[in-house]
Amino acid sequence: MNIMDTRATSALLYLDGVHVSFDGFHAINNLSLTLAPGEMRAIIGPNGAGKTTMMDIITGKTKPDQGTVLFDGVTDLTRLDETRIAELGIGRKFQKPTVFESQTIEDNLLLALNVDHSVKGTLFWRETRPETERIERVLETIRLKDARNRLAGSLSHGQKQWLEIGMLLAQDPKLLLVDEPVAGMTDVETHQTAELLKEINKDKTIMVVEHDMTFVRELGVKVTCLHEGTVLAEGTIDQVSSNDRVVEVYLGR
Amino acid sequence: MMPHVLTRSLDRSASIFLLVVAALGVLIPLSNLLLPSGSIFQVPTYLVALFGKYVCYAVLALSIDLIWGYCGILSLGHGAFFALGGYAMGMYLMRQIGSRGVYGNPILPDFMVFLNYPKLPWYWHGFDMFWFAALMVLVVPGLLAFCFGWLAFRSRVTGVYLSIITQAMTYALLLAFFRNDFGFGGNNGLTDFKDILGFNVQADGTRAALFLLSCLALIIAFLICRAVVTSKLGKVLIAVRDAESRTRFLGYRVESYKLFVFTLSACMAGVAGALYVPQVGIINPGEFAPGNSIEAVIWVAVGGRGTLIGAALGAIVVNYAKTYFTSGPLAPYWLFMLGALFILVTLLLPKGLIGTFNEWWEPYKARRLSDAAESAAREDGVSEPNPAE
Repeated sequence: MNIMDTRATSALLYLDGVHVSFDGFHAINNLSLTLAPGEMRAIIGPNGAGKTTMMDIITGKTKPDQGTVLFDGVTDLTRLDETRIAELGIGRKFQKPTVFESQTIEDNLLLALNVDHSVKGTLFWRETRPETERIERVLETIRLKDARNRLAGSLSHGQKQWLEIGMLLAQDPKLLLVDEPVAGMTDVETHQTAELLKEINKDKTIMVVEHDMTFVRELGVKVTCLHEGTVLAEGTIDQVSSNDRVVEVYLGR
Repeated sequence: MMPHVLTRSLDRSASIFLLVVAALGVLIPLSNLLLPSGSIFQVPTYLVALFGKYVCYAVLALSIDLIWGYCGILSLGHGAFFALGGYAMGMYLMRQIGSRGVYGNPILPDFMVFLNYPKLPWYWHGFDMFWFAALMVLVVPGLLAFCFGWLAFRSRVTGVYLSIITQAMTYALLLAFFRNDFGFGGNNGLTDFKDILGFNVQADGTRAALFLLSCLALIIAFLICRAVVTSKLGKVLIAVRDAESRTRFLGYRVESYKLFVFTLSACMAGVAGALYVPQVGIINPGEFAPGNSIEAVIWVAVGGRGTLIGAALGAIVVNYAKTYFTSGPLAPYWLFMLGALFILVTLLLPKGLIGTFNEWWEPYKARRLSDAAESAAREDGVSEPNPAE
């Protein structure tokens, strides 16, 4: 128990004994997971394993029935709503890329910047140099500099994924939750995304959910396999993929 | 802080719109008052009052476009805020009648004498002062919108459910105001107004001045809306409209934004109602009828939601058509025509008159936009939630 307590304070994200059920269906079942500061973790698991529900719990969209969810060792995330959690520094990329389609790429990034988000602040907002420079840097990172004035809705699927990652960067969170970033991407784009995430991981903690095993292998980080809302196996990709139970779950019994 | 807000909000079409409204606001009253009656350029008084009514509707349409076109809040009860503003003004006008009423009671309006009210109800106090009534024109609709919005937006009531409860709100007010013991004249409402700020409400000069003031209100409302939608707050509103939960996950308190814009919009609707009442000479519970609110939404859809100018234009065009058709042999078919208009606009011009015009015009205006961006803009128009939903 003592060991658990110390881990709880040192981990950036700490989930312990989390349960969620929807109408009797146990989406998350006694889930315990910790993420150290600076770590990148890949989450795999078959459909319905509870990966997205877990992200919903961390970001405040879903309230767990029981269990502990701590951020930075002190903040109880189960008591906060999406807005507060985003303000604390947890950013999320959705499974289906969600950008503001009728606005330009630059405006999408401007909206994502972690500056004053109050009604008054935005009503009287004026462009400032540091903000412009930050947007500039993000545009460069996600390689959309030439497309800055295009509407986000006109981007290809892969570019939208990158724009959403760019929005995460503009948000400058401590923890990034990235849901299926390479879905619908070409091999080259997948490779570039892996490079980008590794780059971002130099100063941020990342949790990435992905089905694409080549991509997960390329990330080369610790892997957690979820099944029926609980952790089935944890370790390197080779350890996890050679785990009998994981194989059984993926291939069906 | 203000100058940069103003310069940003005035693009070319906005400036043209403001100039046209200002010109009409000055020229129509002048022509009515200065030219001899019978001259072809003289605008008769009845038309001044009619146009004044349209301008008030245009302000109401702006207030709806601000929340619906930019924030995706479809209110089907905005007529309630309009009517509340109207009642506040009507109460002032009733108190101005004084002892000139049929019963000659210096304090109690006629309907209260008729209904045997022993004394003035407490909520009628203060309305003999114009400044107080003018304040209530803003405060009453604003406060109702704030309380309603606070409950609805905090509970995350959105989409069609929100539309339904706004409809229920205006219907509840309709029923309440119909009651004689509610203290607002029941079925008959408030009428027989004599004067406003000492001027006869029937006089040509007063009507001309009210028309001018309505145009001024339209200009100010338009400037406020433009300042809001061209600010960063405007971008947040569009973000909420297009992807509400995404906006939340970026750390925006969506309910605060909705509450702000909903309350602002209700205050604008209240001002529109307050200017409407002295020009038409009556306010009764009929103004709360759900049909009125729905009609106002149709004006915005016809003109083009999310364009502001389109909303104002839609209000004037549809109401002109209404006046034209309901005074001729086609009168019994007007509601069918209105319904058909709404269906046709939804199917053929989903972006409304101004939205469609912009679509044709912009490729010429801004060649710097790539072809891809333009086609995407067209696609957006189709995929926007359609007003019939």
